[in-house]
Amino acid sequence: MRPVWIAGVGLHPFGRFAEKTVTALGAHAVQQALGEAGIGRGQFQAAFCGTVYSGVAAGHKVLTSLGLSGVPTVNVEAGCASGGAALALGAAQVATGRYDRVLVFGMEKMPRGIIRSSFFEPWREEAGLAATPAYFALRAQRLMRDSGVTVEDFARVSEKNHRHGVANPNAMYRKAISVDEILASPVVCEPLRLLMLCAPNEGAAAVALSSEPGLGAVRVAAAALRSHHAGSVLGEHTPMSGVADDGVATPTEMAARDAYEEAGVGPDDLDVVELQDTDSGREILSVEELGLCPKGGGGAWVRSGGGEMRSRLPVNASGGLLSKGEPLGASALGQIVELTWQLRGAAGPRQVSDARVALGHTVGRGANACVVILVR
Amino acid sequence: MAARPIAPGLFVDDPEGPRLVAARCAACGKSHFPAGRVCPYCAADGASEIHVGPAGRLKLFTAVTAKPPGYRGEVPYGFGIVELEAGLEVIARLTEPRLDRLRLGLPMRLVLEPLFTDEDGTPVVTYAFAPGAS
Repeated sequence: MRPVWIAGVGLHPFGRFAEKTVTALGAHAVQQALGEAGIGRGQFQAAFCGTVYSGVAAGHKVLTSLGLSGVPTVNVEAGCASGGAALALGAAQVATGRYDRVLVFGMEKMPRGIIRSSFFEPWREEAGLAATPAYFALRAQRLMRDSGVTVEDFARVSEKNHRHGVANPNAMYRKAISVDEILASPVVCEPLRLLMLCAPNEGAAAVALSSEPGLGAVRVAAAALRSHHAGSVLGEHTPMSGVADDGVATPTEMAARDAYEEAGVGPDDLDVVELQDTDSGREILSVEELGLCPKGGGGAWVRSGGGEMRSRLPVNASGGLLSKGEPLGASALGQIVELTWQLRGAAGPRQVSDARVALGHTVGRGANACVVILVR
Repeated sequence: MAARPIAPGLFVDDPEGPRLVAARCAACGKSHFPAGRVCPYCAADGASEIHVGPAGRLKLFTAVTAKPPGYRGEVPYGFGIVELEAGLEVIARLTEPRLDRLRLGLPMRLVLEPLFTDEDGTPVVTYAFAPGAS
């Protein structure tokens, strides 16, 4: 296997853009990434596009709109980890030597409100079992039971990420919110309040991969993808990992193990982390599953200032999905763009000093998880 | 008019009370719901149908206050994980949305409850768990 380098990155800010098509969002990010990499028409050999709601041949439409079509183009759907899955596939092509340059991008225009997902059979929707925030809430209840997490801790996570998001011009929400305001926001599903949940939205991100180093010499040291272990089933239709804790490794734990091994690093080597925070509880569970704190230590991690910019290991310096919002196909690659900027020292006011090793994490329906480790 | 189950094969209404239709794997002994021939834990074929319930125990719970997409019943409703016999755990509606009436470990019993009325006037029922021993 040969090294895989990030030659260029591009991002369309996350938010709501009524006047733009999803194709236009994707094209914006792709042009930026290829432009930065100095890669033109005919100079990349394959493209992988992460998206969930964009419909048939969505990635092809983006490349067609830019006069870049013709190469093998594959649309990748893996729930919230779609962009990570696209990156894992793209990186493998370069690592094995099949292709020298591969374009990876992701984009989304999410419907408003609670995410409707064809994952659920119609009867589950009719019976009220497709209530995504309720699954998040059960996971949060489990953290309260097993990890000493309090409702205030969930608020603290959201407060941290929103405070971080103020420094991110690409985030949808750039306003600091106090713990009290978060606690006072409407209860969606106990214990989760409205301001502890991320909003689905729109955006795009792109990464040009190459067998040659690019700006800042950022390398994809690992891109590990795992789906739910067959031994960890709460009914075979479990829509969310993390609801049951039956002692079987979760997708995130398995992907993290693979990624750490492949990259030859461990949690203590990380300098900056962007991880799945679709709700405050998800951030705490992700921290535990990635080994950033001991299992069951999530509550203590929050209360000791875990993840703060001034802490040993800043988590979601970008503001996370709580600030940026979540365009499913773009969210994982948005993390990669952000972390590439961090490793290049180009993250502006949210720069983590001398960051050398970075980790990105997404997890979603399937259930599946992607853990990416970047090194400079 | 006779009620219609929300989907076939999920539950039966025995004379002694409702039961969920699950399946137990002969190879690994684990149960799963809804029933399928192939065991999702060990991939062995030929799991046999078992009827479980009505007694259960509440493992985790919350309440849903806003209608999720495609939902045809009323809000609020309870939502939780109930542990049944044979180590089977299911995600299910709870008839009780008032969280101060629920607690971890509470004995629960399987019930069938009307959810909505179909376009042709047929009442549609689903399974749920209510607090209390059966």
